[in-house]
Amino acid sequence: MELDNLYQEVILDHYKRPQNKKLLPTYDAQVHHVNPSCGDEIDLNLTIADGVVSNISWDGVGCSISQASVSILSDLLIGKPITQAYSIFDQFVALMQSKGAVVGDEEVLEDAIALAGVSKYPARIKCALLGWMAFKDASVQAQAKSELE
Amino acid sequence: MTFDPLAIRKDFPIFDRTIRDGKRLVYLDSGATSQKPYAVIKAESDFYSQHNAAAHRGAHQLAEEATEAIESARTIVADFLGGESDEIVFTKSSTEALNLLAYSIGHAPVGNLFHLKAGDEIVVSEMEHHANLIPWQELAKRSGAVLKWFEVDPDGRLDISDISKVITARTKVVALTHQSNVLGTINPLTELVKRTHEVGAIFILDACQSVPHMPVNVKELDIDFLAFSGHKTVGPTGVGVLWGRSNLLAQLPPFLFGGSMIESVTMTDATWAPAPRKFEPGVPNMAQIVGLGAALNYLSSIGMADIYSHEKDLTEYAIAKLQEIAELKIVGPTDMFLRGGAVSFTLGQIHPHDLGQFLDNSGIAVRTGHHCAWPLTRKMGVASTTRASFYLYNTTEDIDALVTGVKDAQKYFG
Repeated sequence: MELDNLYQEVILDHYKRPQNKKLLPTYDAQVHHVNPSCGDEIDLNLTIADGVVSNISWDGVGCSISQASVSILSDLLIGKPITQAYSIFDQFVALMQSKGAVVGDEEVLEDAIALAGVSKYPARIKCALLGWMAFKDASVQAQAKSELE
Repeated sequence: MTFDPLAIRKDFPIFDRTIRDGKRLVYLDSGATSQKPYAVIKAESDFYSQHNAAAHRGAHQLAEEATEAIESARTIVADFLGGESDEIVFTKSSTEALNLLAYSIGHAPVGNLFHLKAGDEIVVSEMEHHANLIPWQELAKRSGAVLKWFEVDPDGRLDISDISKVITARTKVVALTHQSNVLGTINPLTELVKRTHEVGAIFILDACQSVPHMPVNVKELDIDFLAFSGHKTVGPTGVGVLWGRSNLLAQLPPFLFGGSMIESVTMTDATWAPAPRKFEPGVPNMAQIVGLGAALNYLSSIGMADIYSHEKDLTEYAIAKLQEIAELKIVGPTDMFLRGGAVSFTLGQIHPHDLGQFLDNSGIAVRTGHHCAWPLTRKMGVASTTRASFYLYNTTEDIDALVTGVKDAQKYFG
């Protein structure tokens, strides 16, 4: 079925068994993002230690795409140097905005490659990006905070 | 003549196309916007190809024809609502019509009957669409007036048990929806309008979800203002209607200023043309106004009472069938008393966005989300819902397709 390109097993697995979906009490930055068109919400806590994403925890309500996407993000980016995390971020955003024209590098994106089908459904791209935009926002805040300290 | 939705569907060209690789279009999103019959598409096209010129201006035949075309449409709208032609103001949308009221009331000077002062009260409800909530929130902030509201009970009905405490001697404006775009609830206007007038306030009706679907007569309802949108009444986008009692429109200050809304202009001052022209600056959305006239003629030729009756039958059928589905919970009234054809529901843990996507894959178009009524969905205790809304071209087969689709989605995401 055509829909299976969108709802890959990996996505449904992450949706049913989300990773890191429990807000940790300690963090460098905490953000709250919403998708005003559908009401999806996410809270995301981020810790960056010595230039490395040491922790991402989150909580939220939303569709399978938005929830799976942030679960995948947390798995993928924890432990990565922030510069590498940004590179992955850029590749993921490019994939989402490609309207299906970009295949994506599985070596880099790992499970996030499963979200490639979303790029063919314009209304769902925002769902897939909700957690990623929250991560970007939190990372900017966390780094600004560490520069102050 | 018996009501035949399949024959009606033949009047709407969009049903000739297919969706997602050859599937029949099951359009259950008329609450968001309705589809358009040939008569409307042709009227709009004919205006451009045969009569286009700036209405109310110019000394030539085309200008005459354009003026005649939009003034005829004004009469059609007036007759449709049971009002007078000079009580019909064309706007670009119902959202603009409601903003017009909020802005103009907010600019009424001391001594004007619409003047608002700090401590005056504006009454809305928890079931308002954002378009009939935010303009009043903002007006309250600008004027120092107090925003009050009727609450919604767990069944999705307006709680008017404390009507005399909500609408008080300080109330100046009561702005309520006729039918909730989320719940399908039709509000009991008689008592609300009566109380509003007892305290000397004006009653504004957001009729976006009622005028397209049932007979609405402004005189019988005894209301003061009404707004509805063209595109939900099988008409074009880009045109809305504000109806107001002529004595009230005469006293209401204008909203937008410019050409053709004036009586006289000097370098320092201007006076206004009589309503409705006072509220229609600039060259109007002529083709859309003409299209709206054709839309209302089309609906009248079928009969609003029959359309309402058809939708009631569909809604009753849909509620019964949907309630048989495990984990499906209808958000809104489940009986047919004062109940229109919008049915919102949740489906266990399956998110509406996923359900909507799944249904779309079968050619079924529904709306998902908070439906521009976020305070209401919060009050009902849900993050978002899936909404099926019905119109004259829908059939019980459409609802059967929805029910099958929902059950299949449960297997898919289960």
